[in-house]
Amino acid sequence: MTRFPRSLRRPVLISLFACSLAAPRGLARADEPKFRIGVVTFLSGAAAGPFGVPARNGAEVLVEAMNGGKVPAPYGKAGFGGRPVELVFVDEAGGTTKQVGEYRDLVQRQNVDAVVGYISSGDCLAVAPVAEELKKLTIFFDCGTPRIFEDASYRYVFRASSHAAMDNVAAAFYVADTLPNAKKIAGINQNYAWGQDSWADFESSMKVLRPGVEVTTSQMPKLLAGQYGAEISALMAGSPDVIHSSFWGGDLDAFVLQAVPRGALKKSTAVLTCGETATHKLAGQIPDGTIIGARGPHGAYAPDVELNRFFRSIYQDRFVLYPNYPAYHMSQAILGLKAAYEKAQGAGTAAPTQDQIIAAFEGLTFESPSGTIRMALGKGHQAVEPTVYGQAKTVDGKLTFVNVKHYPADKVNPPDGVKSADWIKAGFKAAK
Amino acid sequence: MSTILAVLVDGVIYASWLFIIAAGLTIIYGVMRILNMAHGSLYALGAYAAASLAGAWLRAGLAPMASYAILVLSAVLVGVTVGPLIERGLLRYTYGRDEVVLVLVTYALFLIIEDSVKLVWGVESYFISEPYSLLGNVELGALSYPVYSGVLVLAAVAVGVALRYGIYGTRYGKLLIAVIHDREVSATLGINVNRIYLVTFTLGTTLAAIGGALTAPTVSVVPGMGVEVIVLAFAVVVIGGLGSMPGAALGALIVGLVRSAAVHFFPQVELFSIYVVMALVLAIRPRGLFVAAEARKI
Repeated sequence: MTRFPRSLRRPVLISLFACSLAAPRGLARADEPKFRIGVVTFLSGAAAGPFGVPARNGAEVLVEAMNGGKVPAPYGKAGFGGRPVELVFVDEAGGTTKQVGEYRDLVQRQNVDAVVGYISSGDCLAVAPVAEELKKLTIFFDCGTPRIFEDASYRYVFRASSHAAMDNVAAAFYVADTLPNAKKIAGINQNYAWGQDSWADFESSMKVLRPGVEVTTSQMPKLLAGQYGAEISALMAGSPDVIHSSFWGGDLDAFVLQAVPRGALKKSTAVLTCGETATHKLAGQIPDGTIIGARGPHGAYAPDVELNRFFRSIYQDRFVLYPNYPAYHMSQAILGLKAAYEKAQGAGTAAPTQDQIIAAFEGLTFESPSGTIRMALGKGHQAVEPTVYGQAKTVDGKLTFVNVKHYPADKVNPPDGVKSADWIKAGFKAAK
Repeated sequence: MSTILAVLVDGVIYASWLFIIAAGLTIIYGVMRILNMAHGSLYALGAYAAASLAGAWLRAGLAPMASYAILVLSAVLVGVTVGPLIERGLLRYTYGRDEVVLVLVTYALFLIIEDSVKLVWGVESYFISEPYSLLGNVELGALSYPVYSGVLVLAAVAVGVALRYGIYGTRYGKLLIAVIHDREVSATLGINVNRIYLVTFTLGTTLAAIGGALTAPTVSVVPGMGVEVIVLAFAVVVIGGLGSMPGAALGALIVGLVRSAAVHFFPQVELFSIYVVMALVLAIRPRGLFVAAEARKI
C-alpha cells in the first residue's frame, strides 16, 4: 500500500482545516451523519406518471435545495438543522403485503431515520400499525382515507396533508354555492376505500346542504377497469346535474377521454376532486365548467408566497412541467419534518432524538408552498389545510380556472375527535 | 325500453373489445396448449406502439383519417416482430412440457415485457384521443355513442369471420385442425408443425396487439394496463371453453351483457357479476360451454 508522504501531511491537514473554516455556513456539514429518509411512492404502475413520479421529483429537488441551504425562510438552515438529508427511494407498487415488507426493510436493514410515503390509502392503513410496532417516525404524504386517525391513534405516525373528507365536503359546498339549480347528482368512483369514502362524504354533504337532492346512480367500477362505456351510459340515462368523481391516474384520464366525446360532461357538470393531476395532459379535453379540485391549495391554486414561487421554479427548472398536487403534498411532508426537527433541536446544534422530534411535530404549525399547515386533528398527528375549487375554462387553447373559491380549513374539516361521517351527518356542527 | 337498448349496445361494444383480445388467447391455447399469461402485456405493447406511431402521425399534421390504418399497422408490426421473437427465442424450447410449466414461463415473460415497456416508454401516460371522436356520434334515444364504437364491433365481427374462414375454409386451416387434434401424428404425416406453431403464435400476438391498438384512443396508455385485461380475457375463454373460438365469442357476449346489465340495474354488484357467471358456468359445465369431447390417448 502506498503511504502518504510524511512531509505532506501537515500542509494537507492545515489546508483541510482552513477549507472547513471557509465553507459557507449555509451548506449542510458533510461530516455530520446524514438524516436518512425512506421515501415510498409509486415509481411504476398506473399511479406512477401522474402521482408517484411528480412526488419523487418534488422530494428530489426540494432536498437538494435544502442541503444547499437555498430554501427561503423559515427554512434557511441547510438540511435538517445543518444535518444533510439523504433520500432512499422505494417503489410503492406491488400491494400492501409487499409494502409492509418494504417498510420493514427500510427500518430494520437500511436503518432510515424516518419514512415519508404512501399514495395508496390501502398502503397507509397497512403500514401504520407496523410503524407503531417498529417505533419509527413515519409521515404519510398523500393517501386520503380519514380512517387512519379516526379509527385509531398512533404515536409514530403523522400525515402532513388533509384527508379526503375535506375534498368531498368542499366539493359539495362548491356545488351548493355555484350551481343553485342542481337537484340531481350521480357518482362514479373506484370500488375501494378511497372511492367509497369519497362518494359517501360527497353524497351525505349534498343531502345536508340540499335536502331532497336526488341520487340518480352511484357507479363503482373496479380500480384500473379502463373501460367505462356502460357506466357513462348509466350516468347519462339519469340526466344528473352533477357527476361526482374521485377517479385518479389512468382511470381519470380514460373516463374523461370516453365521456367527453359522448357529451356526458357537457350535459352534466363534472366534479373531479383529483382533477388537477389530469389538467397537465388533458387540458384540451376538459370541457368548460368542469369543477376541478387539487386536494388542497396546490398546483394552479397554490398561494403566491415566496416558498411556492421557489418550489415551482426549482421544479420547473429541472422537469419543465409545473409541480402537481402530489409534488406539493410531498413538499409538505418533508418541510413538516424539517420544521419539527429544528423545533426539537432548538437553539443548539445537537441532533434531537426521535421522541423529541415527535413531541415537536404534534400539533405543529408550519409553512409550506401551499400556505400554513396545522397538525390539528388526530391528537396533533393529522394536518388540516384550506382548500380550493374552481371551474375549468379554456382560453386561447390554455386551461385556466374561473369562479375559484377558497374554503378555510375549519369550514371543511371536522373538529378533532369527531369522525368525518358523523360530523357531516350532524350538519357540519362546529364548522365555522 | 331505452335502458334495455343501452344494456344491449353497451354489452355488445364491451363484448367486441373483449372478443378481439380473447380470440388471440384462444387460438394460442387451442393449437399450442399454451395458457399465455403474457397476452396482456402483448395487448399493452400494441397500445403503446399505436399511441407512439399514430400519435407521431397526427402530430405531424398528416391526414387524420389515415390514423385508423396506422393503429392497425402498429399492431401488425408488434405481432410480426414480437410474436416470432418469443416463439422462436423462448417457447419452442418448452414444447411438450407440462401446461403448468408453460404458465410459469409465460408469466415470467409477462414480467419481462412489462419492465421492458417501462424501459422504452417510461412511466408517463400516452394519449391519442383523436381517432375516438373523429367519426362523429350516433344518437340512440337520450344516449350518444361515438361511431368508433361501431368500428370496434365491426372489427370484432371481421376477426371472427376471418378466423372461421381461415380455420374451416382453407388448406392451412385444415392443417391447423390436424395439429390441434394430434401434434405427433400430424408431424409424421409431413405437416411442418413448427411453422404452424410460429404462425399461430404470431397471429395470436397480432390479435392481442390489435386489441390494444384499438383501445388506445379510448384510454391513457399507462404501465400495467395489460393486467386487468388478462383477467377478463381468461374469464371469457374459461366460460366459452379453453381453445374454442365460438366459445370465446359467446363468452365475450355473455360477459359483456352481464356486466352491462349489472352497471345499469345493480351497480353495486358489478364488481363480481362476471365471476358469478363464470362460477355458474363452471358448476354446470366444468370445461366451459363449447369444449368438444376429446379422444383419449392410450
